[in-house]
Amino acid sequence: MTLTDYMSAAPEMTLLGLICVVLIADLFVDDENRVQTFWMSIAALAITMWTLLTTAPAESLVLFDGSYVSDPLSQVLKVTAVGFVGIALMYGRDYLRANDLHKGEFYILALFGLLGMMIMISANSLLTMYLGLETLALSLYALVAIDRNNVTSAESAMKYFVLGAIASGALLYGISWVYGVTGTLKFDEIAMALAANPALNSLPLWFGLAFLIVGISFKFGAVPFHMWLPDVYQGARTPVTLYIASAPKLAALAFTLRVLTDGLGGLHDVWADMIMVVAVMSLLVGNVIAIAQTNIKRMLGYSTIAHVGFILLAVFCGNDKGNSAALFYTLTYIVAAAGAFGIVILLSRRGFDAENLSDFKGLNARSPWFALMMMFLMFSLAGVPPFIGFFGKLNVIDAVLSSGYPGLAILMVLASVVGAFYYLRVIWYMYFEQAEDMAVLQSSADTRLVLSLNGLAVLALGIIPGWLWTLCTQIALSMR
Amino acid sequence: MIGLQHYLTLSAMLFVLSIAGIIINRRNLILILMCIELMLLAVNFNFIAFSRHLGDDTGQVFVFFILTVAAAEAAIGLAILVVLFRNRRSINVQELNTMKG
Repeated sequence: MTLTDYMSAAPEMTLLGLICVVLIADLFVDDENRVQTFWMSIAALAITMWTLLTTAPAESLVLFDGSYVSDPLSQVLKVTAVGFVGIALMYGRDYLRANDLHKGEFYILALFGLLGMMIMISANSLLTMYLGLETLALSLYALVAIDRNNVTSAESAMKYFVLGAIASGALLYGISWVYGVTGTLKFDEIAMALAANPALNSLPLWFGLAFLIVGISFKFGAVPFHMWLPDVYQGARTPVTLYIASAPKLAALAFTLRVLTDGLGGLHDVWADMIMVVAVMSLLVGNVIAIAQTNIKRMLGYSTIAHVGFILLAVFCGNDKGNSAALFYTLTYIVAAAGAFGIVILLSRRGFDAENLSDFKGLNARSPWFALMMMFLMFSLAGVPPFIGFFGKLNVIDAVLSSGYPGLAILMVLASVVGAFYYLRVIWYMYFEQAEDMAVLQSSADTRLVLSLNGLAVLALGIIPGWLWTLCTQIALSMR
Repeated sequence: MIGLQHYLTLSAMLFVLSIAGIIINRRNLILILMCIELMLLAVNFNFIAFSRHLGDDTGQVFVFFILTVAAAEAAIGLAILVVLFRNRRSINVQELNTMKG
């Protein structure tokens, strides 16, 4: 282990050190001044971001005896994850303060979750991946239960915990079989072992692979392992839902790409079918059930399931084009998802959660600007040009078509059309229905600024998507 | 002679048993937590067997990590259980049904 090893893992180490500082400093902050903990957390994120940008490696480096990898993929995902955790804290602050939930634990757990995501993103062995996954998952279980006096929060935390633990168990069982067959846990060595001895590509390894796919599907929330997702989205307090809906998707994508492409890329023929079944079911179930929802958090939960279907269909292609489409889709999807939950938080106030679709009625009369922002975000999620969501869908459909699956492409277009219905319904409510509740929106100027930038970002990215697509293509080419 | 396949069979039986325990039990959440522990121990069994068979230490190191994480997981699980019990005065699995759709 050399100094270079430590330098390349500097972002994680900096973040861990800063979390400890925030944890201790928070003890000396009383409840009225809890906003100081928020600013300390933002400072910790800013310093981590600075470390990330200054220690960026020129090429891909495998460190710590092969357990850790620092490459362009990890760099982009980590920068985005740090940014979106910051945005989640920013949107959540006023809501937590208004609902007497403004505790230091929220920030500490959010930062620990980020540490878990960064470890997952940089994992080069199944052991590192598992440890990052658990660091993230344990923080999320506690975050969902953070409102201790809320029955639905407690119930959704319990469901999340039990299903998450089963998924971890299944994942570990799969890892043990992959380890038993290939004799190693490191992704590059697994790929080499498979290339050197094609006889390993047999039933015991497929058995392990099936359990790995269960773990991946669960973390993404893909059908049939999606049961936790709507309940957790609905039951958790909205800032926690926002947190779960944004940055962890990046870690789940890194998990999928590292395991399936870096490690088991040689088994593409075997896992492609499993991923396709899971992805197609996610597309159909997510889009159809979302129509029936009256709770906007639950509706966005089912819409997440549908978007996961798109991401997994891009991964299903198994080539550079597919991987870059998956990366592009995930990066752009979380911009819109974070913004949509940001608006849900904006409409809430003390003792009132804007959870129902009907709470969006007449938003245009109450706040024309944020109704416009919500319209941008909904158009982006629905995939209407020129918003960025359209280009995400277009790239995935293009990747699937060039891999020779026109049937899947048609299915994706049809699913998007069905999906457009429930996004457009929100817009209909905002512009063409009478408001039932004319309360003035309460939020600080900085939150409004970030939320407006978030809403404008889906339009701006959609007008100039080229640079992001070039970046994603370069990253996909740099893998392996 | 007890070989690798015997260990793997036992481990698979324990794993299936724990899954069955989670699915069949509709009464008590503590039983579910116990089944989750059993599941992780079944995985540990697998790792040790493979590690011995391959003559490679990595699997045994993995087991130590799983044991540590399982302890942390049990702590969080029980904490959530306490929160749930304080709010509902019950830890019956069938009563976890306030959210639908």
